[in-house]
Amino acid sequence: MAGKVIVCRCEDVTQSDLDHAVALGYSHLEEAKRYTGLGTGPCQGKECMVACALYLALAAGRPPSEVRPFTSRPPVAAIALGTLAGPDDPGEGGG
Amino acid sequence: MSAPTTAGPVTAGPPKRETEVLIVGGGIMGLAIAYHLALRGVSDVVVLERGYLAAGASGRNGGGIRMQWSTEINVLLMLESVELCKRFAGELGVNVWLRQGGYLFLAQSEGERARMEKNVALQNRHGVPTRMLLPEEARGIVPELDVSSLAAACYNPRDGILFPWPFLWGYANQAAKRGVELHTFTEVTAIEPSPAGFLVQTSKGPVRAQRVLNCAGAWSPEVARLVGVELPDRPHRHEILSTEPLKPFLGPMVSVLSSGLYFSQSMRGEVVTGITVPDLDDGSVKLGSRLRFLTTLAKELVRVMPRLAGVKVLRQWAGPYDVSPDGSPIVGEVATVPGFYLACGFTGHGFMMAPVVGKYYGEWLAGGPRHPFFDRWRLGRFAEGKLESEEMIIG
Ligand SMILES: Cc1cc2nc3c(=O)[nH]c(=O)nc-3n(C[C@H](O)[C@H](O)[C@H](O)COP(=O)(O)OP(=O)(O)OC[C@H]3O[C@@H](n4cnc5c(N)ncnc54)[C@H](O)[C@@H]3O)c2cc1C
Ligand code: FES
Repeated sequence: MAGKVIVCRCEDVTQSDLDHAVALGYSHLEEAKRYTGLGTGPCQGKECMVACALYLALAAGRPPSEVRPFTSRPPVAAIALGTLAGPDDPGEGGG
Repeated sequence: MSAPTTAGPVTAGPPKRETEVLIVGGGIMGLAIAYHLALRGVSDVVVLERGYLAAGASGRNGGGIRMQWSTEINVLLMLESVELCKRFAGELGVNVWLRQGGYLFLAQSEGERARMEKNVALQNRHGVPTRMLLPEEARGIVPELDVSSLAAACYNPRDGILFPWPFLWGYANQAAKRGVELHTFTEVTAIEPSPAGFLVQTSKGPVRAQRVLNCAGAWSPEVARLVGVELPDRPHRHEILSTEPLKPFLGPMVSVLSSGLYFSQSMRGEVVTGITVPDLDDGSVKLGSRLRFLTTLAKELVRVMPRLAGVKVLRQWAGPYDVSPDGSPIVGEVATVPGFYLACGFTGHGFMMAPVVGKYYGEWLAGGPRHPFFDRWRLGRFAEGKLESEEMIIG
């Protein structure tokens, strides 16, 4: 479709999805994140968050200086459950 | 690019100066009650939310909905709640993605098995098709389970999970459409009883209200203190995480009774899982994420599901449980402050209760019949020592 701009690649969120969120009054990043799923993919928003935040501010008529990032969710990088479970882990050592 | 046309549910500007009903808290409870009031013609209602819609527990939960309880009243209410959820698409114009994959509870001791049998018998008497399973049969439902330490399991195929957000927006939109004012980023800072009701101070100016409802979840003790009432519920941090998406492999929500571990697979394929970790319960709401949660959860999950050891955790977060001393909610009018109502203490199951609590609250306040739960779950029971203990609490 012409004019379809992807703003979050991981979750396939488009610019018009953001416009729709803003029109419904969900123009803060935390709200738009929940409405569109932006920032919840494998990269956890590292690629898309800043651009989305700026676009939302612009679309809602707020100064970009007011933009606040959403709470960054640990862990910083994806980590396997077995690693977190530690040496007692029965899944390690071929169990 | 499509030009957006629909207006959202949130009202712009300061709240109106006078209202019949003022609801503190824009979580699932506040929104469900507002919708049901408006549905019955009481639309002079203002909902005030300090953050964005569902900034509290309602926007952070696992979306589980089940009929497996240890008390008759919860079994009956949750049977009805599941029926209401199925009708939401038509009623609220939203799809809540209810997926009835069942709940599978795992017992590891004889004591747990005995309690399980008693609860299953109660559920069966009320038409809930829960059945006891041998460990091997549990593996028939979830083949990846390590059943070596299992004593028994029970399974109700009609329990399920849903996606919390559309639920909230559905209530919010339908309430707003019927005239309810919904204000986000608006905090209630003082509530003074006055002859005609209450004078409520907010961060966006004062509002006079005939009735005030405390739907502030884990913050409800703070809000009650504004009118000099001490509540017995306490906030407890509950953590949860989500893994990388996997191909669909897991039908039910699975829960281990002894540890409070639970896990399910979302429609997006992620494993969503939580566990109880003790905390410093000092009365303040804490939402920080801890490494201790990750390691505690991972140990228990990999013990029960060894095949998940290689699956990666993508993100963890926390939400506030609003823990009631006996596991049952605290509802109804406060005897010492006429016109001040409570809908709190929903512990770890307030989301699934909202459809029924909203319905019966709306019915009652609009002048209709009063459901018996308003008596059973009144605030006064704690002082009278008449607890309504519910043992099927997860987390
Ligand atoms: C991690 C987690 C998993 C869960 N899993 C499930 C589950 O699987 N199934 C289930 O049924 N339940 C589950 N729950 C429980 C469920 O989420 C809650 O019981 C339910 O959301 C409570 O809704 P509420 O509206 O009472 O509270 P909340 O959603 O917390 O809403 C209260 C609101 O009040 C606002 N507020 C507070 N003080 C003020 C003030 N002074 N002025 C204005 N606003 C104020 C807050 O900002 C908040 O948004 C879970 C909870 C958590 C944390
Ligand atoms: S690009 Fe948005 S989450 Fe990765």
